[in-house]
Amino acid sequence: MNRWLVIRLRQPGLSFRLDLRAVAIIAILGLLTAGVMVINIGLGEYPISPPDVIRALLGTGDETQRFVVQTLRVPRTLVAFLVGGGLAVSGTILQGLARNPLAAPEIIGITAGANLAAVMVVVFITSISITILPFAAFAGAIAVAAVIYILAWKQGSTGSRLVLIGIGIGAIAHAVVTLALAEGDIYQVTKALTWMTGSVYGKTWEEFWLLLVWLAIFTPMAFLLSGQLNVLRLGDDVARGLGSRIEWERGLLLLTSVALTAGPVAVAGPIGYPFGFVGLMAPHIAVRLTGSAHSGTLAVAAMAGGLILVLSDLVGRVLFAPVEIPCGAIAAAVGAPYLIYLLYRSRNV
Amino acid sequence: MVVAAFTAFDGSPEHLIVRTVRVPRALVGMSVGACLGVAGAIMQALTRNPLASPGILGINAGAAFMVVGVIFLFGVGSLNVYIWFAFLGAGITAIVVYVLGSAGRRGMTPLKLTLAGAALTAFCSSLMQGILVLNEQTLDQIRFWLGGAVSGRDLGLFLQVLPYMVVGLVSAFLLGKQITTLSLGEEIAKGLGQSTGWVKGIAVTIVVLLAGSSVAIAGPISFVGLAVPHIARSLAGTDYRWVLPYAAILGAILLLVADLGARFIIYPSEIPVGVMTALIGAPFFIYLIRRGVRQL
Repeated sequence: MNRWLVIRLRQPGLSFRLDLRAVAIIAILGLLTAGVMVINIGLGEYPISPPDVIRALLGTGDETQRFVVQTLRVPRTLVAFLVGGGLAVSGTILQGLARNPLAAPEIIGITAGANLAAVMVVVFITSISITILPFAAFAGAIAVAAVIYILAWKQGSTGSRLVLIGIGIGAIAHAVVTLALAEGDIYQVTKALTWMTGSVYGKTWEEFWLLLVWLAIFTPMAFLLSGQLNVLRLGDDVARGLGSRIEWERGLLLLTSVALTAGPVAVAGPIGYPFGFVGLMAPHIAVRLTGSAHSGTLAVAAMAGGLILVLSDLVGRVLFAPVEIPCGAIAAAVGAPYLIYLLYRSRNV
Repeated sequence: MVVAAFTAFDGSPEHLIVRTVRVPRALVGMSVGACLGVAGAIMQALTRNPLASPGILGINAGAAFMVVGVIFLFGVGSLNVYIWFAFLGAGITAIVVYVLGSAGRRGMTPLKLTLAGAALTAFCSSLMQGILVLNEQTLDQIRFWLGGAVSGRDLGLFLQVLPYMVVGLVSAFLLGKQITTLSLGEEIAKGLGQSTGWVKGIAVTIVVLLAGSSVAIAGPISFVGLAVPHIARSLAGTDYRWVLPYAAILGAILLLVADLGARFIIYPSEIPVGVMTALIGAPFFIYLIRRGVRQL
């Protein structure tokens, strides 16, 4: 079978090629995700069997079940999927930009920056609606990304310096967050703490739509720019030779990546703060599955990230039921050994 | 007034506060700072890596995780029990980070070592977070300890940890000469007739003793072990017979200053001293990286 399916449109003059293998992988991952979601929706204090879940989703069946499924449980699992997907795309872009397999929003402190800004807003500006949180988190993430980029700049920036300085900045942000938590009003602090655990517990449709809109703006941008990412991956000189305006492209990509971290963090909290590793793991899994880095990888990474978080949520709910462990903690418990494995694998790099 | 509490104790509230609250706090801060400073200096000499320190390389987190795990599984025991588990956790993480950081053809690089430490820190803290979510009672008992704190420790607790700290510090000072040789590089040390395996083993044991006992009494306090050795080296040169005592004194000073800041920066409420040390130490970490991390 030919791996590439090339699609050419006469009107408008547009052509692109589809990686059939990536499409197949995405379909498989999608089915897996859907399966896990159905199980996840069925579980809880009011258990519902999978067929009943599907019936409730389609709008038929028992009224109580419909309420439990549609109002309480579906938004939660969908938010988990979006959060994972957003972090995964963000991580893929960062790893390509830094040309370092270990660069991830969680590691280089961008998540910590988003967290810091959001906690500041929650603690010190008491009368806010949740709709402003993504913007605060975005501002925090951008600010931190800029600071890291500037500090890492010394006759050009290198991947390893970016990562190390990110770790330092992350520590500062973490310390300031603790400071804010110690000083703030106890009621607000409790709110911030709950948010900080990185959980999709009790997410509503309102939050889902908010996140969906946010991702709908920036994910297409990521896909449009992914071609440039492949060019930049070849190194600055080659990219310049190929006609890429590298500083401009790099800035745009960084902005997209930061936005894709900020949205999920704002809605679900910093998943597994300080290191959630979804943005670290998913890109590697995607490259492993598709075999090389291209735009198909981005989509596979998004699916993989979504699946990781939906699965983490399920495990967190089942492991010590009825007590729930935030999905972020589960993702981190899986992600840290994976990072250690990556370290071991890249020991000769 | 403060002096009088010891020379002419009259049982007044002021004197009681000085004797039972403030003095233990200062003593704990001083000794924890000294231990962390010396532990950091030994680690930096041993790994020939200017970024090495108990906090960055995950040793504090490993010790803390062990302590939390023990409290969760067996309920609250005495500090005497904790401290052995703190040592165990510190020892295991030290070995794992060392092995991960030095695997591969290029040997130990600062990036690999730091990332291995970050990964282990993340692993331990996520498991710890899981335990704390499961068990609110544990959370309540150790919440402030987790931030790294030197307050609320009475002298009895401190005296339990003190022997380990003293043994660690004294043997570190005695080992100063060998550590100086080792800091020149393993091959040179071997060429000079040192049995590097033994020295390394003893040095790691000392680090585990110092870091483990600090964590047991004060919780994970980061960045003291990172910044202090650099200042000590700039004052005392490269001879670790002098660097180690300097690191001990400077560590004590840094932690006392940080504790003062922690008490008064948002007076009357307090912040954990670990936050203060991070605020002071992390910029220093960034400065080190910008300056270039190749040389020690």
